[in-house]
Amino acid sequence: MRPEFLRIMAQPLAPSRLLPSGDSAITVEFSRNVDDAANQRVLALDRILARDPIAGVTETVPTYRSLLVHYDPLVIGFDALSEKLAALAELPVPPATVTRRWRIPVAYGGEHGIDLEDVAKTLNATPDDIVARHVAGDYRVAMIGFTPGWSYLSGLEDSLQMPRLQNPRLLTPAGTISIGGVQAGVQCLAGPSGWHLLGRTAVRTYQLHREPTFLLEPGDRVTFSVVDHKTFAEQDRAAAAGEIIAELMAS
Amino acid sequence: MSRLAVTSIGPASSVQDGGRPGSQRYGLVPSGAMDHLALAAANVLVGNPPFTAAIEIGPFGASLTARGGAVRVALSGAARDTDIAKRPVAFDTSVTLADGDTLTLGFARGGSFSYLAIEGGVQGEPMFDSLAVNARAGLGSPYPRPLQAGDELQVADASGVAERRIDLPSVANGPIRVLLGPQDDEFGDDMKRLFLDSEWKISATSDRMGYRLEGAVIRHLHGHNIVSDGTVNGSIQVPGNGSPIVLMRDRGTSGGYPKIATVISADFGRFAQIPAGRGFRFKAIGMAEAQAALRNFVKEIATLPDRLRDIESFDLNLEALQDANVAGSAISAVDAQTWQVPSSAETVTPD
Repeated sequence: MRPEFLRIMAQPLAPSRLLPSGDSAITVEFSRNVDDAANQRVLALDRILARDPIAGVTETVPTYRSLLVHYDPLVIGFDALSEKLAALAELPVPPATVTRRWRIPVAYGGEHGIDLEDVAKTLNATPDDIVARHVAGDYRVAMIGFTPGWSYLSGLEDSLQMPRLQNPRLLTPAGTISIGGVQAGVQCLAGPSGWHLLGRTAVRTYQLHREPTFLLEPGDRVTFSVVDHKTFAEQDRAAAAGEIIAELMAS
Repeated sequence: MSRLAVTSIGPASSVQDGGRPGSQRYGLVPSGAMDHLALAAANVLVGNPPFTAAIEIGPFGASLTARGGAVRVALSGAARDTDIAKRPVAFDTSVTLADGDTLTLGFARGGSFSYLAIEGGVQGEPMFDSLAVNARAGLGSPYPRPLQAGDELQVADASGVAERRIDLPSVANGPIRVLLGPQDDEFGDDMKRLFLDSEWKISATSDRMGYRLEGAVIRHLHGHNIVSDGTVNGSIQVPGNGSPIVLMRDRGTSGGYPKIATVISADFGRFAQIPAGRGFRFKAIGMAEAQAALRNFVKEIATLPDRLRDIESFDLNLEALQDANVAGSAISAVDAQTWQVPSSAETVTPD
């Protein structure tokens, strides 16, 4: 059992808030901040709802600090669902019984991580230091959002935390590995981002016509490994053909 | 098998259906038609299930040609001047294109999106049980992108059944109803009042992801950065510049700006149809009223087939006639050839 987990259990649970998100969804909010304890509670409530479904709940969307519960008001009303969710949200966080751990290969720096040198300068370190610290991290998928497969990780080391870019880039490459604020990210599709780009992975966290279509689940553990740019190119070809590339580790 | 060839089409036009809910936890937004009622009405007219894939046509014009056989279609949603070889075609009515016929649509009037449903639907490969285009995610079929000239849709041969029209339920014209929250406590009472009391306009830079609103500037109590949480269709985010953005069908599944309110489900399609530049207001209601409105909306869609009417008789579709008469000249109600079709130069175009 992780020391972090013991620390969470020792704290009294802050009350959750149930906020209406329109007429067909409820936000169960555990914190207003990026908060590891809150995210554990989000994921725990998500597991409970997957194990013991409530009739009328159509899908759930975990985020850092809240669980968005979509429902069909023709099956269950706001008051009845709120009551059930409020009770479930106050349950103690059970330990996650099965946690998957992935190792994701990353080609750092150069054309694949155009911000690595700037990050190193800002943090008074060498690019190799930054890579070593990023690879040493033990991350958890706190949420997947924004665009398909965009995985937001918690667990970024304090010394790597820095503000996001003032001017977000309109286009960043598919497979970008980046950091922003207290968060680390694995981006799947090309798209806009205001985070600092450290490298790229060939791993597709979302790929049509592959089983599974979505690789990572909220709650999965993630570590990174370093590959050279030639290996990245080989892995990228294999991934395009449907290989998963990420390694599932014994946890 | 017939084909429907796109001979010309404006931006923001794509194949859409009821969307693909169920994968928002992986960042995949459901997408789907902006106006579900209009999609359903067009589909019901040609005998399809209500959320069958159809062509969502954005504010600009389009023309489509039947090839290889006859194609039966129906139009609903934002009205436009429409004809087949200069013969006017009414909205909310089915019509069969003979092989080689071209259906020509002008700019949308009084709305933004029209739906062209095709008898038997559009042939394609469903992705997550949906043909709906989500260009950012590379999803949609037969083309995972907006339609463009030269595209061809494989469709069924027209069945030859009698054409129908539909008496649609009257659409409320009042303010767009919202439920406050989930982050209305990030705004002071004065700002919530300003939001509800102001007249708003939809900016021309809006798209299927989000509608930017122009009007008042809404200030936050504690700044505009919140930790990202989940979004829904109709979430009204307020970014740092104080100009709200209403999240639409192609929204990101999570967002990091406080959400002052949420458009109710029953009014989402009506909101989506408001043309850029036209003033409108919001009105806050309670949960019970919002959910009652949704039940009513769902019932309206389910009972659309009861509203189908034959059109061989002179059982006139007065609304369609009035609609065709916007230029103000006299018309003969019984001879469609005399209906005045205004030129597109006279119509107001959303810019």
